[in-house]
Formats: sequence, C-alpha cells, structure tokens
Amino acid sequence: MKPAASIRATVIVRLKPEVLDPQGTAVQRALGRLGFQGVKNVRIGKIVELEIDDDGTSAADLEDRLEKMAKEMLANPVIEDFEAKIS
Amino acid sequence: MHATVVLFPGINADAEMVRTLRDVCGVTTDCVSHTATELPRSTDLVAIPGGFSYGDYLRCGAIAKVAPILDAIAAHAKNGGYVLGVCNGFQILTEAGLLPGALTRNENLHFRCHDVFVKVTATGPFSPTLGDVWRMPIAHGEGRYQASPEVLEDLEDEGRIALRYSTATGDVIDAANPNGSAMGIAGIYGGPRKNILGLMPHPERMSDLLQGGDDGRRLFDAVVAHAQPL
Repeated sequence: MKPAASIRATVIVRLKPEVLDPQGTAVQRALGRLGFQGVKNVRIGKIVELEIDDDGTSAADLEDRLEKMAKEMLANPVIEDFEAKIS
Repeated sequence: MHATVVLFPGINADAEMVRTLRDVCGVTTDCVSHTATELPRSTDLVAIPGGFSYGDYLRCGAIAKVAPILDAIAAHAKNGGYVLGVCNGFQILTEAGLLPGALTRNENLHFRCHDVFVKVTATGPFSPTLGDVWRMPIAHGEGRYQASPEVLEDLEDEGRIALRYSTATGDVIDAANPNGSAMGIAGIYGGPRKNILGLMPHPERMSDLLQGGDDGRRLFDAVVAHAQPL
C-alpha cells in the first residue's frame, strides 16, 4: 500500500517580548566571550516540525488545526507567541 | 480527611508527600496513577508532588496536563475539593489552567536548591495565619512566577497571593526572592473557595524535625483542620 502523502508544517514558538529570557542573556554574554562583538540581544525559542497526514484538508482548515495545536500544547499563551507555517 | 497523591512518571517528591500526610499528619493516604480516570471516591485532598513529570519535555508540566487523571483533578477542584501542587505540581496546575500565570526559567539561570523563607500574605485553607513566616526548601530551575499585570492585580485584590519570599523576619524584599518571581510570589490560591494552592517551596521536605525543621507541617495541619466538619 502506498503510504499516505503528508504535509510538513512548522510552528515557531517565541517567548513574548516582555518575558525575560535568561538563557538568551547567557548566550549573548558567551558570544561576547568568544570574541563576537556587537551582539546586543539574544532570544531563544523553539521550532516544532510536524508531519501531518494529507487527508485533503484545505490549507485554511490545516492552519486552524495548527493554531489549535499551538494554543493547546505547543506554546503556552501566557508567556509565548507562536507562528505556524505550512511548507 | 482522605488524601490522594498523584503519581506522574518522572516525579520524585512523592515519597516525602505520602510520608508527611500519612505518618506526620495521620491522614489516610492513597496514591493514584496518572493513567487513572477517577480519584478514590473519598478523596478530600489531591496532592501533586514535585519532580520532573515527563522529563519536563516541551515545558514543565505541559505533557502532564493531558494525562488521563487531569479531568478528574479539574472536576474535584471545580467542586471546591482541596488541591495542593508543589513545585512541578504547581507548574502542572498552571499549565492545566487551574491556576493563572506561568512558571518560567529562574532569573539568574541557576537551579536554586536551598532553604528560603516565605511569608503568608493571604489566608486560606492552607495558610490560616497572616504574617506567618515559614522556612522551607526550594529545588527548581523554573520557578519564576509570571502573569500579566491584570492577573497580578486580581491575585492581589482577591487575596490569592498566599506566599511571598521574605527574609527570616518577614520582610518581602528583592534580596529574598530566589528566582525573580513577579511580586516575590512563592505560592498562589485558586479555585472557587481558595481550595487550590500551588507553591514552589517544598513543605513536605520540612514537615518533621528529622528533616531539619517542621514549618511545612503547618500547611498540612491547616488543611486537615479546615476539612473538619464544624
């Protein structure tokens, strides 16, 4: 049987701008110690790559599904913003 | 009073929680697996211990919030049943939406593992005496409480900021805040009658003089007394 075709999607999760990112600050300082000058700010987020069965769903419906996934699990809306992309 | 301790894979403070409830406070105590869909019917208090449920994958508490037992805990909480979440248990309660806000990476990036003092800044079933100062250990890397300014204002106005980090004499100052929590918050109340408490310090690790102190016992004794029928 032929495997079902799949759609690849990416969800980028970022800390909201007002949330302090101590990890980013530590990396920014470490870059400076390595001699990379001029790095003013570093923010660290997550990329979630998904492979989803292509069941003929429209792009709009798929975007809605991704948004729900992001809101309910992949991101915490209290502290994070997200961006979903279908590739 | 009957207590139920919830076991998630990856938690590590369950033995102390059970020992405190059962052996120190004399409460009949059961354990329930994360895969259960019901709590024992006689449950008055649900205790979610600390640790690293599901390896802290994605975010602390994010995977636990979809465990089968969570619906039963949410129903218990909404009916006014007592729920205590310690450390990872607090993180799980915020992820599940049973308490507002979120617990984020400590300001200093350090895993902080030492005793702290917390001051009771709102009374409720677990903290009957305003101004009490308790010494308890913390052990966490993600304990910096964050919420929107509106949520913080509501917490304060509604008397839901149960505990704040303080000095030994009860001064709530920045120097006593180990992780950068907003308003020095160490624990908050939620639920229809302040029946839910989430806190980062570990009262179950300071509930018996054998552990170097028993300030944490007051929290458990308080909820046992609160549950007594008048």
